[in-house]
Amino acid sequence: MSKEQSEPELHDTLEQAQSKQDARMGEGVDDRFNSKLRQAFGSTPFILTKFDKFMNWVRGNSMFMLLFGIACCSIEMMHTYATKHDLDRFGAGVPRASPRQADVIIVPGTIVSKFGPRLKRVYDQMPEPKFVVSMGSCTISGGPFQEGYNVVKGAEEIIPCDIHVPGCPPRPEALIYGVLKLQEAIRAGESAPVTVKPYELEQFGDLDDDELVRKLASEIDEDDLVMRYNWADSP
Amino acid sequence: MSLEAPEPELDVGETPDGDLDYDELADLLGEHVLDREEHVNAEGFVIRPDSVETVLATLKEEAGFDHLSCLTAQQYGDRYESIYHLKKYDDPTQELSVVVPTASEEPVSQSAAGVFDTAIWHEREAYDLVGIEYEDNPDLRRILLPETWQGHPLSNDYNQDQPQIVPLREHANPMEKRTQVPDRSDTMFINIGPHHPATHGVLHLETVLDGEQVVDVDPDIGYLHRCEEQMCEQGTYRHQIMPYPDRWDYISAGMLNEWSYARAAEDLADIDVPEYAQVIRTMAAEMSRIAAHMLAIGTFALDIYGDFTAIFMYSITDREKLQNLLEDLSGQRLMFNYFRLGGVAWDLPEPREQYFQKVRDFCEYMPGRLEEYHNLLTSNELFQMRVLDTGILPPEEARSYGCTGPVARGSGIDVDLRRDDPYGYYDELSWDVITDDGCDNFARALVRLKEMEQSARIIEQCVDVLEDWPEDEREIQSNVPRTLKPDHDKEIYRAVEGAKGELGIYIRSDGTDRPGRFKIRSPAFCNLQSLEVMAEGEYIPDMVAALGSLDIVLGEVDR
Repeated sequence: MSKEQSEPELHDTLEQAQSKQDARMGEGVDDRFNSKLRQAFGSTPFILTKFDKFMNWVRGNSMFMLLFGIACCSIEMMHTYATKHDLDRFGAGVPRASPRQADVIIVPGTIVSKFGPRLKRVYDQMPEPKFVVSMGSCTISGGPFQEGYNVVKGAEEIIPCDIHVPGCPPRPEALIYGVLKLQEAIRAGESAPVTVKPYELEQFGDLDDDELVRKLASEIDEDDLVMRYNWADSP
Repeated sequence: MSLEAPEPELDVGETPDGDLDYDELADLLGEHVLDREEHVNAEGFVIRPDSVETVLATLKEEAGFDHLSCLTAQQYGDRYESIYHLKKYDDPTQELSVVVPTASEEPVSQSAAGVFDTAIWHEREAYDLVGIEYEDNPDLRRILLPETWQGHPLSNDYNQDQPQIVPLREHANPMEKRTQVPDRSDTMFINIGPHHPATHGVLHLETVLDGEQVVDVDPDIGYLHRCEEQMCEQGTYRHQIMPYPDRWDYISAGMLNEWSYARAAEDLADIDVPEYAQVIRTMAAEMSRIAAHMLAIGTFALDIYGDFTAIFMYSITDREKLQNLLEDLSGQRLMFNYFRLGGVAWDLPEPREQYFQKVRDFCEYMPGRLEEYHNLLTSNELFQMRVLDTGILPPEEARSYGCTGPVARGSGIDVDLRRDDPYGYYDELSWDVITDDGCDNFARALVRLKEMEQSARIIEQCVDVLEDWPEDEREIQSNVPRTLKPDHDKEIYRAVEGAKGELGIYIRSDGTDRPGRFKIRSPAFCNLQSLEVMAEGEYIPDMVAALGSLDIVLGEVDR
């Protein structure tokens, strides 16, 4: 083995790379590949960045939404996904039917006492990191139904929300704006605000012993999961 | 086009010109009638709580009242009261209320479940919200609120601030209790929903399967019970109630819902509506109907073909067109709040010619577009294989379950309140009621598709009328007092043809500017109850198809 025979370079030089491209493309066909970026990088397939930053960028640009319809807002949400508005243009239009495959949940509608534990459970089933867009007035405060005996005064009573989109219902444009704002926040690496949730799933046996608990003791098992609504403390 | 041959003889209590002779009906019931009340829509016969079944059976068998339209329960200071609103499928203008008072201390009444299947759910709702107990109801559980709820929220002494505990019983053993179906050895219990793409919202189906066949299905509703009746009882007649109807059937059918409240309240308070406003209402309502049926077809295709396919996208595209038209008219895409008592909020948008042109363009575009839907759906072999002869709902069952709207018409029952109980401008226009004798999922989808064509016809005729309307006679609202206070104890039940069927409102006035009792008769609620007839014995995908063909909307089921 002679020393003169130089070892092959790991990477082509810029000239080599370009010459090969030119040979493939023919002359003057398309200079797409000879972009500024390509010149800066050479043919090196590496970009150096922080892993966190990269992950945030990826997360923001490829959001898997949970296919989740509750009430009126879900109709406008469907319009946002479908033709004309097409949320997919913004990298956020792949609705997943299972919470285990989704990373964004849009909460589109009024949450009532019977659905509260279910919403919490669906949210819990989503893998981390997860984000919540609360859509419409009902998920902000209970909206027009706030005074109802059965209505939870906003989604934030149960799960933490990243973005609130007001409206009754919000127009698809408004929802798109909300999703874009969420993407911006995710790309910037912002995490969900810490919220105080009054309503949690608990085991029935862990509840404080009071009149109501004693009354229901015959109907609910000790280890059943329950959600206790203290309406008097609600806003 | 009724399935039965037209009956030549009149029912008991029916006069030759199609009215009711209440004296004759009272004679028929004899000593069961304790007292007679005058309601705005019909007379009410007061009966004892232990003679409910006899009275209703007599009225059904001998006087032809085959439609239990609604059951209203309410609490007065000294008693509870259940009102059974009876109608006839052949002529919905022949109405009769059966009033059943029960004592405050022990509100127990006999159940009507033996006569009308639909009574089971209606009575469960009355028990849940008001607290009247119905003896012999086969399934008297809470229906809208969680089973551990304390108190009955529409009763007088309910404390809204008391805490409540709601359990989440997800790990219930699937092999327990409900799975023990006689003569079936190996069944499996499966929960569908409340978060499931095929349930059209937050519906929970408790299903028992034998292999792949449905043995028993029990819809568990109430995951969207937003206290609509309470909200309406808190609002004043004139303006505060009208925004809520938009949110019952929220699939763009707002105009139709608003009309149901407008019609009931206008008849209650004796308000006239200018004819010009009626034409605008008719046009707006039919646009709503097309939009609602579009979504029904789109999501039905979604259920049957799987993912977001072309048909769904097509229907959304067409809905966008309609929503633009409705937005031009009312200012909102979905929650229009356009009707006012005594008329509509404002006139057609200027420039009128441009708006008329847009509407006309849409009406011209519809038939060709519907052709495409037919190509994609009804004449598609795959679609036919999937839905023909599945989800059978025989007409007699449909009547007993109180089905109305496209579901009833898909079972060959020729009923449409727009024609049978005319309101608005419908009786001046030429259009057809679509029925189909198929009784299956296919028939229901087909009826909706054909109805859209008729709606487009109606819209076109309305535009003709509006274009020629003299400029100085465009009166959009009659003169309505700022505060409406209908007389004390005036009661009314009025219905319109909503997108899903008979959408009725019962209002009792208590002399103030707010209703004393406001009850919504939801067509989707009654239609959904018939799911068990359609689904039992079918394969599970056919049950999903049957659910899609019912076109329920949970906002209206749960209210």
